[in-house]
Amino acid sequence: MSTPTAVALEDAKVAFRLGDGRIYTAVEKAHLAVAQGEFVAIVGPTGCGKSTLLNVAAGLLKPAAGSVRIFDRPLAGLNRDAGYLFQADALFPWKTALDNVAIGLEIKGTPRAEALPRAQQWLTSVGLGAFAGRYPHMLSGGQRKRVALAQVLIRDPKILLMDEPFGPLDAQTRQVMGNLLLDLWNADRKAVLFVTHDLEEAIALADRVVIMSAGPSSRIIGDWRVSLPRPRDIFEVRLDKEFHELHREIWSVLKDEVMKGYAQSTHAAEAV
Amino acid sequence: MSRPTLFALQVLVAVVCIVLWQVLSTVPVFGKILLPPFFFSNPFDVFSQIVKWFASGVIWKHLGITLAESILAFVIGSLGGVLVGFWFARQPLVAAVFDPYVKMVNALPRVVLAPIFALWLGLGIWSKVALGVTLVFFIVFFNVYQGVKEVSRTVLDNGRMLGMSERQLMQHVYWPSALSWMFSSLHTSVGFAVVGAVVGEYLGSAAGLGYLIQQAEGVFDVAGVFAGMFVLSAFVILIDFGVTLVERRLLVWRPTASDGRG
Repeated sequence: MSTPTAVALEDAKVAFRLGDGRIYTAVEKAHLAVAQGEFVAIVGPTGCGKSTLLNVAAGLLKPAAGSVRIFDRPLAGLNRDAGYLFQADALFPWKTALDNVAIGLEIKGTPRAEALPRAQQWLTSVGLGAFAGRYPHMLSGGQRKRVALAQVLIRDPKILLMDEPFGPLDAQTRQVMGNLLLDLWNADRKAVLFVTHDLEEAIALADRVVIMSAGPSSRIIGDWRVSLPRPRDIFEVRLDKEFHELHREIWSVLKDEVMKGYAQSTHAAEAV
Repeated sequence: MSRPTLFALQVLVAVVCIVLWQVLSTVPVFGKILLPPFFFSNPFDVFSQIVKWFASGVIWKHLGITLAESILAFVIGSLGGVLVGFWFARQPLVAAVFDPYVKMVNALPRVVLAPIFALWLGLGIWSKVALGVTLVFFIVFFNVYQGVKEVSRTVLDNGRMLGMSERQLMQHVYWPSALSWMFSSLHTSVGFAVVGAVVGEYLGSAAGLGYLIQQAEGVFDVAGVFAGMFVLSAFVILIDFGVTLVERRLLVWRPTASDGRG
């Protein structure tokens, strides 16, 4: 029995109309499949359209061509099977940490009296049990990410879409958050599509690492399987010999794209 | 600076001003009184006038009327501002069509509307309420309009991805955002509600603090004018204090300026 495909992008093309009427093609012919229970990381240089691809999988953006299939059904509108963890702060600033987590259930019609204790449990499992009454501005960046993670996971989505979620955090906090994510993911192994520009983070977390070329019209140019044993510890997996070999191999491809990406962005800056 | 020291200095300013006033209006300097009592009265007379008002109980009726007018103006103006602000922000076409008219009405000095309202609504409280409403409405309207339009894109997307319907987005995202903008202008709009009421009373009425001041002025009772001004100031400070309490309760989730983490 083959595992079902959670997310399938088939020849997806994403284009935007610019202010001056020209068409900007962000992503060209992206072909990507994420199996159920699989953790896939997308890595690419700045501006390569990796977040764009994630928004297509979420249904926030419509592809200009090609199709998106979620559990073998074409995606129409928003992806109701997916939870989305944003790069920027997305918590509701007027709700306490507890209410921010509980809202995920309340939207579905769960009575508040039932939602609150479950939200409290989730806060505890992301290590913030004592911070239930705090408002987002009273929490640190890392704590806010934990609340956001609980807010998404309490709905028990089948697919988890993550857009450089730990990007704004400092290096140590990122590793701690990575381990927390792996622990939570290990419990029920949802399909994960994780966008990052950090190759080390990608290898340490994922089952597969997908590399995108520099934009515009970026494509998927590489797909590596990471067979490091699970459960992993982010701190220790980086010392592994296999980790280093894989890192060297992927980096040799990624390096050229990163340089191209920089060249293009400086070029674009000069043009402006 | 410690709080008691600060308070002492604040009181000192008042004491110095009052003593100067009292001295200059009663003791001749080089044979001449610098603040003629006819134009400046003196603190003692003003104070006795205030005491007389409170002792006889006359003032309560006027205070009550002004307070009622202010509250009505604030409530009606805010309600209208919130509803119209919401409507305009959610319907860009409507906003675009009405834009020049909104700007036109808002540019109008509200005092010129007072005679019209007096004609339409009579000399009772409603002409004053109407004047206050025209002031409060625009402040609240502009703030709510801005608040709804400037909801963070990410927060909105997050709401959608969490499965919120349009109605739920309204309840959990647009509404709190708009309210927070409205509350941030609470001091201004409450202040303007009082201004509307008092100016309306001053221009034509039978009761209220503005009426009291206007009556005193009519008989050249300068002590009465000053007494009315002091009662009015105290009244506004009290209301402002109340607003601060309400605000602190409602906007706990907002970072304050001194907060390190934004």
